Amino acid sequence: MTSLNRHTLTGHSAALDFSQPEPVDLSSGKYVKLWQGPQHPGITGNMSLELTLEGDTIIGCKTHVGYLHRGFEKLMERRTFIQNFTVVCRIAVPEPTFNEYLYSHAVEELSGIEIPDRAVWLRTLNLELMRLASFLMWIGGQSGAFGMYTVPNWTLSHRDFVLDLFEEMTGARIYHMYIVPGGVRAGLPEGFEKRARDVMDSTEKMLGQVERVMFNNAVTKARSRGLGIIDPEMIDPYGIVGPNARACGVARDLRKDEPYLAYDQLDFDIITGHDCDAYGRAWQRLQETRQSIDLIRQCLDRMPVDGPFQADMPNVLHWKVPAGETYVKAECTRGEYGYYMVTDGSEYVRRVHVRGPSYTHAIAVMERLAVGCNIADIAGLMVSLHTYPPEIER
Amino acid sequence: MFKKSLNTEDTLENAGLTVEEQQLFSNARPQAYEPYPIKAVEDFANWARANSLWILAFGTGCGAIEMRPLMTARFDANRFGVAGRPTPRQSSVFVIGGYASVKTLKRIVRSYEQMQGPKFVIALGICPVNGGMYFDSYNTVNRFDQYLPVDLYITGCMPRPEVLVAGIMELQKMIKAGKCNGANRYVDNFDWYKANQKKVIKNWDMPDYNW
Amino acid sequence: MNEKTLNTMLEKLKQEFDISDIVEHKPRLTTFTVSKQHAETLIRELRDREAYTHLNFMTCIDYIEDGIFSLVYMLHNYGKKHSLGVHVNISRNGEEVFSIHTLWAQAWTYQRELREMYGIRFTDSPRLDEDFCLEGWDQIPPMRREFDTKKFSHERFGHREGRSSEVPREHMKVQLYPNRGGDEE
Repeated sequence: MTSLNRHTLTGHSAALDFSQPEPVDLSSGKYVKLWQGPQHPGITGNMSLELTLEGDTIIGCKTHVGYLHRGFEKLMERRTFIQNFTVVCRIAVPEPTFNEYLYSHAVEELSGIEIPDRAVWLRTLNLELMRLASFLMWIGGQSGAFGMYTVPNWTLSHRDFVLDLFEEMTGARIYHMYIVPGGVRAGLPEGFEKRARDVMDSTEKMLGQVERVMFNNAVTKARSRGLGIIDPEMIDPYGIVGPNARACGVARDLRKDEPYLAYDQLDFDIITGHDCDAYGRAWQRLQETRQSIDLIRQCLDRMPVDGPFQADMPNVLHWKVPAGETYVKAECTRGEYGYYMVTDGSEYVRRVHVRGPSYTHAIAVMERLAVGCNIADIAGLMVSLHTYPPEIER
Repeated sequence: MFKKSLNTEDTLENAGLTVEEQQLFSNARPQAYEPYPIKAVEDFANWARANSLWILAFGTGCGAIEMRPLMTARFDANRFGVAGRPTPRQSSVFVIGGYASVKTLKRIVRSYEQMQGPKFVIALGICPVNGGMYFDSYNTVNRFDQYLPVDLYITGCMPRPEVLVAGIMELQKMIKAGKCNGANRYVDNFDWYKANQKKVIKNWDMPDYNW
Repeated sequence: MNEKTLNTMLEKLKQEFDISDIVEHKPRLTTFTVSKQHAETLIRELRDREAYTHLNFMTCIDYIEDGIFSLVYMLHNYGKKHSLGVHVNISRNGEEVFSIHTLWAQAWTYQRELREMYGIRFTDSPRLDEDFCLEGWDQIPPMRREFDTKKFSHERFGHREGRSSEVPREHMKVQLYPNRGGDEE
């Protein structure tokens, strides 16, 4: 933690103090209460922050979520197993495939279905492409939050090329519904591999430009250095996962620690950083974007070109999954994404709980890190935690 | 348009507000937009309106994800005079990004009423039409047009940016022809809309019309 | 985590806390049930002594037929790469439960959600009565099994003509075997 010496860790010395801040006396005229969101461009997704300000310094922050609550867990309890797979991808818009994969995986695990090798690789490729698309959108968001709108134009255009690949592969840009229980819905179209490699090459080139423009930019550096420092002691008590934790030097990555799909056959290392601030997290994510491109190339190299991509399935209209309980998880862009599923032997699932990493990042961590921050930096801080509200409220 | 009605019968109750707050908010009813008496002037105004559609930057649902490609380099909605605005006071188009949960609907109503006329509503996706995927959800509305007037639906899940572009061009055509009168419908059937809104929004603690 | 250390740990927990229904679902996931009075100490012990430092999530399952809520605390040990699911059964009739908000920073959020979705009260949990997802909710908590979301949605939010929903199996029977009146055999 040598680099931490540059920053002061004021306010974070007691990582284990979770107490709620005392309410302030608004009538004294010293403090201002300000709502940021839900109708606010500086908010990720549709949620709101209730800020208490002293001058332009934040002394209290409460997050309000629930604007996107659709009651998925209830809806899934009254749909059959095959009906559910069209619903699950809607839980998180930027990363629907992680929901598809985890739902399918949980159902397969409970009913003992083995999926063919080719489906394993297609799923891996699909998940990595999703990670790339999500990271590209995030880089644009982070740069936009610091007031630089060139980078979003580059990264979102390249994200669109990745979405074009998705369209070829699955037939849809956003909600793919590609990974189904038992395998995947289709193989790769002809010429996909070459087009995918072209997109990877151009994206890699663009990331070099992003690095020059964004990460060497004096304004980005001035605004993000020292912003939202996560004390490494906070990681376990706050449940911080994914790039937010890895940027603090904690080498935890489910792809490596508990390999799923074909990740044990891919060649990669866990990337860790040593700056715990917004700049360090951005740098971490840029490196992980590059890693993702590398993993996609490896998938394309090693993928079996033919063979079945769908296991034999029972008649879905009569499909009953044996009683059981499981918790499956995968490393999504923001960290550990998990599905907890309980079945009771009927045609309907008994209980599904979706665990999204933003649940803690956007509420407990955000409320902690916002204190002491400047009002102008709150959008940048929020984006740098990579929070996404729909997975909190589902 | 702003007129504070006092001591007339045609005022809003603002029953959701406290007595102190009632002093702060207008209790006047909204007024319908009346076109210019000379047709050529009205046509010119409509042409100008159609070519500067400013969208309120309020991502109310998952439809917001396709607004980003639409506004950036690849689909570049700026070609059509479309730009995002951070405040309802400056925007003329409200894009409902898919499903509206009850909690968001309250904010949607409030933002919509704060927009200056003439204003237009585009509803994205299948969810505002009949509930879509969430027809049985306890927290999302099924028919969005019961709560706010919708000028244009763009269905699909998720609607592609090309469809959004097509929808925007269609909206421009409708505006130029003077057919986009959703805001006037809202004024004419104000009590019906309010009753519907209050039926689902149970903690109504805002003025009846947000001037 | 190798089997021997796991068994030793479970054996120890069994003696100290009287845990039951131990099920090993897969090598990396074991669940068991513990009584309410032992649960808080047990979870604290797991966190501090057995290094189950990460709270994956906390949720609840409604077993309406048995009249119980089963609270689930999923704890993870990063060193041993092993997850433990701790079930705590409580009665469905407004029984108050201990709070773990002093153990994990995000726990009070889960407890706030469970209060809203199931109506479970957690002792001394901060901001428990604030709205989480719902606003102005005037029905029974929606995640309870007896709450019929479709009926409620139709009554509250209306219905557009032309849309119908079918039970797939019944619908397909009629579609596939129209001559037999939907009889499959």
